Amino acid sequence: MSVAKTLSVRNLSIEFGGVHAVEDISFDVAPGETFAIIGPNGAGKSTIFNLISRLYTPTAGTMHYGEQDLLRLPAHKIVHAGIGRTFQNIELFEHATVLQNLMVGRHSHMRANPFLNFAFLPGVRKSEIEHRRKVEDIIDFLEIAQYREQKISDLSYGARKNVELARALCTEPTLLLLDEPASGLNNEETDDVSFWLDDIKHDLGITIVMVEHDMNLVGQVADRVMAINNGRLLAIGTPDEVRNDVEVQRAYLGVAA
Amino acid sequence: MRAMCRGHGPLPQPPTEEKVLLPLNDVIHLAITGIAQGCAYGLIALGFVLIYKATEVVNFAHGEFMMLGAFAVLTFSEVLGWGFWPAFVLGCLSIAAVGYLVDAQIMRRIIGESQASIFILTVAFGFIFRALAGMMFGWNTRSLDTPFDGKIAIGNLVEINSDRVAIIIATVLLVGAIYLFFGRTRYGVAMQAASQNQLAAFYMGIPVKRLVSLTWAIGAFIAAAAGALLAPMTQIDTTIGLLGIKALAGAIVGGFGSIPGALLGCILIGVIEPFADYYLPGIKGVSAYVVMLVVLFVRPEGLIVQTYQKKV
Amino acid sequence: MQFLFKTAYTDDIRFLARTGEKIRVALVVILLLAAPFMLQDYYLAELGLLLVYAIAGIGLMTLTGHTGLVSFGHAAFLGIGAYTHSILLSKGVPFTISLLITVSFSAAVGMLIGRSASKMFGFYMAIATLAFGILIETVFGEWSSLTGGHQGLAVPDLIVFGLPLAKAWQQYYLDLVLTLLVIWGASNLFRTPTGRSFLAVRDSELSARCLGVNVEWAKIQAFGVSAAITGLAGALLAHHLSYLVPEVFGVLESLKLMLMIVVGGMGSILGAVFGAIFVSILPVALSFLKDVLPASIGQTAGLEPLLFGLIIVIVIVFEPLGIYGRWMKLRFFFESFPYYRKSSYVRQKSYLKTDRMR
Repeated sequence: MSVAKTLSVRNLSIEFGGVHAVEDISFDVAPGETFAIIGPNGAGKSTIFNLISRLYTPTAGTMHYGEQDLLRLPAHKIVHAGIGRTFQNIELFEHATVLQNLMVGRHSHMRANPFLNFAFLPGVRKSEIEHRRKVEDIIDFLEIAQYREQKISDLSYGARKNVELARALCTEPTLLLLDEPASGLNNEETDDVSFWLDDIKHDLGITIVMVEHDMNLVGQVADRVMAINNGRLLAIGTPDEVRNDVEVQRAYLGVAA
Repeated sequence: MRAMCRGHGPLPQPPTEEKVLLPLNDVIHLAITGIAQGCAYGLIALGFVLIYKATEVVNFAHGEFMMLGAFAVLTFSEVLGWGFWPAFVLGCLSIAAVGYLVDAQIMRRIIGESQASIFILTVAFGFIFRALAGMMFGWNTRSLDTPFDGKIAIGNLVEINSDRVAIIIATVLLVGAIYLFFGRTRYGVAMQAASQNQLAAFYMGIPVKRLVSLTWAIGAFIAAAAGALLAPMTQIDTTIGLLGIKALAGAIVGGFGSIPGALLGCILIGVIEPFADYYLPGIKGVSAYVVMLVVLFVRPEGLIVQTYQKKV
Repeated sequence: MQFLFKTAYTDDIRFLARTGEKIRVALVVILLLAAPFMLQDYYLAELGLLLVYAIAGIGLMTLTGHTGLVSFGHAAFLGIGAYTHSILLSKGVPFTISLLITVSFSAAVGMLIGRSASKMFGFYMAIATLAFGILIETVFGEWSSLTGGHQGLAVPDLIVFGLPLAKAWQQYYLDLVLTLLVIWGASNLFRTPTGRSFLAVRDSELSARCLGVNVEWAKIQAFGVSAAITGLAGALLAHHLSYLVPEVFGVLESLKLMLMIVVGGMGSILGAVFGAIFVSILPVALSFLKDVLPASIGQTAGLEPLLFGLIIVIVIVFEPLGIYGRWMKLRFFFESFPYYRKSSYVRQKSYLKTDRMR
């Protein structure tokens, strides 16, 4: 596994038809850090993720991951740079099994040659078995073995969230973008999430950037927090600093504090 | 597809030796025919776009509504002998009812299925309608007597069949009516709301299901009207529904997301067609598809980008 | 319920994990191999035709069932295969080489279509393929110097490696071998990265992209693979038809292919085979219906498309997984008997999934 690098975002801006969804935002995420982005609905949190994933192209600004200029990569090469992600509204492959989903997670590490695949040559078999083994490690790690053969459409919401996290881990990321990992989960499941986030950070050494509404969870796991509103940066710092920031309180509570 | 080569009135005879430039009055004649044809495509496309905006379903059987409409008007007007106008209204209303039922009974059940299944379903509907029409009304070509059988002369230059003018006027009227309906009436605004966000509209107490079915009914009504108006130009048989595919081609050329774009695209296709058939008889009847494929090949998202990437 | 204990990763890769499956498949293959000893030539030829349609069905299934790309003009690839192969044969090209060229040419045309289709928005592709199908049929009709136009084109005799395969059983074995090859290859495809990237594109382009799948390239590949398989079916079909006219490869034929995969069951290779069996039995049912129904309905030209259409509607509305879905339920019923409950298979309520961004 390659080593985590610094994600540095400078003056990032994007407009949709005149609306500044993200405006002039800069931040750095250090290797091994857990970095949370908070803000009211529509603040532009997911947009930042979509920009880093290169699903959107910024109107201005730069993004680097280590030495790599992310703007030079198309969306499907981002994962090769070591950046994996999950989605706010779970984007799993609904009609495939959990195992197939996770194997697609290995896609960036496999060779997909239709001729070799059609003939299923010994080399292909070997690589299948090898990657299947890696997938099994992740299955053990997130304890989703009981779902292995099931179709996604048969899974509960919580299980889907876990599978999506597992799929992102299968890409062997060094930086993981988690879009609301705890949304829609009950308290117990949220506790599990915080437990896993800790493991991902310490055991796997993965840098985590997450968007989250649950301030308790953010307080538990995040090293630093960035608060944004209307696409603009409000505050950046430790969870306590941000929580006590006047601007942040005004944005959240709508009162002059 | 020999059947799809039909679609417009008698053309000037191609010259036997060499293709020369057409005389001006033939050009005008062809252009007017083309615009009228394009307007008819546009009316069908209007239904496509309305239904697409409301439900994201592309109703491949929409041309069949037009065909059924023509047959329905023919039946009421000539078989039952009620005269053109009462038959026109009744015919269009009965097809509107068919449209309503198709949505309420079938389409509503498969909401959430994959887009592919839904396309296939509506294509299957097209085949069913065509077969049923053949069984009910016969497979022969029929003609419909309309009040528009005269000619209108513009100076000494050219005489225009009034059926063509009727289509153009009807298109303007129907598009205006649709515009007013969606802009001004309570139902229209509710439909717009439902098309933006079905769930939110539902929570606001808007009867989304009924409105969607109603959209289908309106789309079918307009298509049926187009069928009846087009009848003098194309005659009526079971294959005229395939003109719907040309309307779809026009809508794509112009941009599927907006009604004016779709209308313009259809008129463009309609005008290109008679000229292409004249100069390039090899692709007679399929020039609409050639135009669409060329447009899609050069600009896969259509001339006017109106469709968007999914939100994450 | 029969539990399957897996002890090695290879267990996941194997096609036939259960003993029951192995026995079933072996039985079917033995029956197919023994068919020439049991059937008259007429039925043998029909069975061969069924196999050819199974290949064509797998071709379309790869594209529509597995990659989620709808093609309403797939008969065009069948036609391209049939015409290319026949024309090459009549120019004196040996069978095997002609078949290879035909498959490659179909794949190339497919990838060309796929290249522009891959950038198209959702249903634009469905309409573009429909238009493509109509155009290709027109080309077959108009380019008479090459295709014989509407007069038709005679298909040269079937000679493989200098060996004339004139007998029905010889042609049948050729069809069978190629069918098994295609089934095996297509199944391989879907247990390896290429096929999985197709499935990923079908279910969520976004996350496929974020997992490193080049979505455009996957779509182009899917078109290529699909067109190659369908073109192969077309070449074999030519030998069954022995005379090619453009109308055979029209819109109704495309609908027939679509009917096959919908009725058979979207998203499974077995489904395409089931579908081929279904459309092969359909004419028999149709001729039976024609006798039973009153002449006013039974004798009209519309019965076939009406039936095609009705069956598609009924299947999509009531059993979206087609015969394959029924088969799975039936198997589950017997395996779990007597614990089967009707609620074991209940369709989940689903909502309109939007592809639009607002």
